Amino acid sequence: MSKPPGKSLSPSGSRILPTSVSQVGTITKYELVNYFKSRRFFILLAIGLIISGIFTGLVAYLGVSKVAPCPPSTCSSPVLAFYSFWWGSSIAFVIVLSGIFFGGDAISGEFQNKTGYFLVANPLRRSSIYIGKWLGALTASLMVLAIYAAITVGNGLYYFGANVPYQFAESLSFSILYLIAVLGFTFFFSSLFKSSSMSILVTAILFLFAFSLIQLIVSGLVQIEPWFIITYGSGIIGNVLMDTYPTTQPIRGPGGRDSTTFAATIPEGIAILVAYFFATAILGLVLFERKEFT
Amino acid sequence: MNSPSIEAVNLSKRYGSFLALSNLSLKIEGSKCVGFLGPNGAGKTTTLKIFTDMIRASEGKALINGIDVHLNKKKALSSVGSLIESPEIYPSLTPREALSMVSDIRGLPRAEKRKKIEEVVSEVKMEEWLDKKVGKFSKGMKQRINIAAALLSDPDVFLLDEPTTGLDPRGMAEVRDIVKSLKTRNRLIFMSSHLLNEVQDVCDEVAMIDHGKLLVYDTLSNVTSRASSDGGNIVDIELLRDIDERTVNDDITSLANVSSAERPDPRKIRIHFSGGVQNQERLLLDLANLKIGMISFHPSASALEDTYLRLIKDTL
Repeated sequence: MSKPPGKSLSPSGSRILPTSVSQVGTITKYELVNYFKSRRFFILLAIGLIISGIFTGLVAYLGVSKVAPCPPSTCSSPVLAFYSFWWGSSIAFVIVLSGIFFGGDAISGEFQNKTGYFLVANPLRRSSIYIGKWLGALTASLMVLAIYAAITVGNGLYYFGANVPYQFAESLSFSILYLIAVLGFTFFFSSLFKSSSMSILVTAILFLFAFSLIQLIVSGLVQIEPWFIITYGSGIIGNVLMDTYPTTQPIRGPGGRDSTTFAATIPEGIAILVAYFFATAILGLVLFERKEFT
Repeated sequence: MNSPSIEAVNLSKRYGSFLALSNLSLKIEGSKCVGFLGPNGAGKTTTLKIFTDMIRASEGKALINGIDVHLNKKKALSSVGSLIESPEIYPSLTPREALSMVSDIRGLPRAEKRKKIEEVVSEVKMEEWLDKKVGKFSKGMKQRINIAAALLSDPDVFLLDEPTTGLDPRGMAEVRDIVKSLKTRNRLIFMSSHLLNEVQDVCDEVAMIDHGKLLVYDTLSNVTSRASSDGGNIVDIELLRDIDERTVNDDITSLANVSSAERPDPRKIRIHFSGGVQNQERLLLDLANLKIGMISFHPSASALEDTYLRLIKDTL
């Protein structure tokens, strides 16, 4: 029998399929196409541009010294104060939004919308789908992050010239690490639920309210270092832009009450983010592998 | 190359205390179409989902071309085109993009991808919609694209779960024609359906299932012969012109292997005959020689329905 067109056959007669790595690339590519064509990417980009626009307007209207004050007695670098004000105060929010937009329903949507039926019955591993979709979400998020960073640096260049502090590069690196961890986390919740709205809602509540609240209670009231909370680890993004890196130290509050303020060191912060990524991404993958399309 | 095969080995599936599939053993081999029949909740979709690794069997194995689907999904499904339930495609993608994704996953050569996509889209009569967003499509249109996706890599085995769901009568007929053409291209088609006439029209063999248990797996003619009290087969004849009672009672009843004949209306005859497909061929020739204006000759759909109802009733 002659070989029909389009059939690549192995000696045993089964089809020669692309490698799993190649299939991951295919999933990533079409995940990105889907983000672009569903306007999801552009909506998040628009939010990033609005936030950048607000900052740009504020700095232009009030002046750098008002929005990012740097009194000589306590501050040695106005440029660092500027980047801390801009990047340090907002990037975590942009990252969390990226996680919710691109990761919130990445897996749960495959079940709820039945798009998984189109994909999963093909000859590819579920891990290829999971990793491909994760890489798609990461790539889209990195694009938004890059544009946001470019606007931040553009403003910095305008006000301070080509004097970009090296701490900004550190903070940018930690932001990317935080983004990786956030996407690992959102993919875990997305694998946990079969409902898109549920996974998005839980992720949003956790990152926008719950983690901050728990961190506040644990560190402020219970006086335990909240090393187990991802947002505590992400503190290194802003801390590295401080004039002096904050440390964990006892303080005497009003009424003579002793307490401790906690700040993750850079190695601690990196360890927390890396641990969160591996734990949640692997757990999410295991859940997706085991989940049934019933 | 070996002929395509699918095999369920003591396949069971439990959902808590509910047994959706009970010790199903079934081996289908060769180029043919096998209809998979059973009432709602019988276990048809569960079986097909296990064969595509969308769910895991509680016990047993699902093999495609001898390869365990769960242990080596990628290899087992490399020569399988499937349509399970009615999959949704990302609404923002066009059929060209969705099918391009499937062809990349399945490793279709880049040079042939475009041509092959246009070919399968043409086969399901969706050429005009190739570059429109799927989100705007009706259920039937999406189902056509799903069928195109199953055809894309020219697989040896097709697992189709009620493929005509959501299609209009014309679409149903087109899908039946596609399945018939697959049979001529030496493919194995395992197709679940509620439509007995559809199975009768396109399938060579029938597997019936109820309460997760296989009731029968045999050729269509053997299964339908069970409907007849004398263990024979039934064929329905349509005529171009009226036929009188005498011709039916004398000439047709006296043909070889014919046990009885009836005339439901002047242009239709129902004939009960004994034996297998050889006798069916002989009957066809004999009827043609009678020159009674025969314009169609096909196994009775009601025979399959009778068998189906009797078997399903027996399991209640």
